[in-house]
Amino acid sequence: MHLLYFAWVRERIGLDAEALAPPATVTTVADLLDWLGRRSAGHAEAFADRTRLRVAVDQIFADMSTPVASAREIAIFPPVTGG
Amino acid sequence: MIGLRVQAEDFNLAAEVDRLRAGRADIGAIVTFTGLVRDMADGAPLTAMTLEHYPGMVERQLAAICAEAEARWPLQGGTVIHRFGRLTPGDQIVLVATASAHRQAAFEAAMFIMDWLKTRAPFWKLEERGGDRHWVDARTSDDAAARRWRDPSAPGITRR
Repeated sequence: MHLLYFAWVRERIGLDAEALAPPATVTTVADLLDWLGRRSAGHAEAFADRTRLRVAVDQIFADMSTPVASAREIAIFPPVTGG
Repeated sequence: MIGLRVQAEDFNLAAEVDRLRAGRADIGAIVTFTGLVRDMADGAPLTAMTLEHYPGMVERQLAAICAEAEARWPLQGGTVIHRFGRLTPGDQIVLVATASAHRQAAFEAAMFIMDWLKTRAPFWKLEERGGDRHWVDARTSDDAAARRWRDPSAPGITRR
């Protein structure tokens, strides 16, 4: 699974991407954030307030209950601010 | 068909409008919106603004937003250009141009595309104010502006 991080999520984690294989117990976006949050202090800080996060699974906006088991690319980022 | 570009380079409004109307006489109205970097942010002088984006998803989202506009209004063409990278006050950020036989569809579609782009296209703004850097927070007013287009009485809905 290819993880992508943008904006302050990227800065807090200190990585713009990482390739990881979560365990089978990680089935939803919420599970994935729980699991990723244990990887480092930066991950924990970045994912502490989920109301400030948006997630895209294979480039489509997802919510906390979206399945992730067959996803190739999951991006985690703040609410968008373009335009 | 609305043309989409996500690029670091600047754009030329007049050239884009000329491109839209070249060789055709069926267009009655072209509406353009240009978003610029202001020199003040929340009362403090702004030094620079960096636009970060999610390559791949951003093109996909813009295509979906434009397809929705084309389904709702009788458009004869259009252009959406969004820049990324480090910009300074006065620089152009985004262009939306819509062409139609009549002005109402062109005005409404341009507003719709901007409102949806601001809440659904994966771009993020980093402001520099002197030595400070600050990620811009999403505005609830932008969410409200995008949401009103979902209303059954919203412009364009009945044309589906």
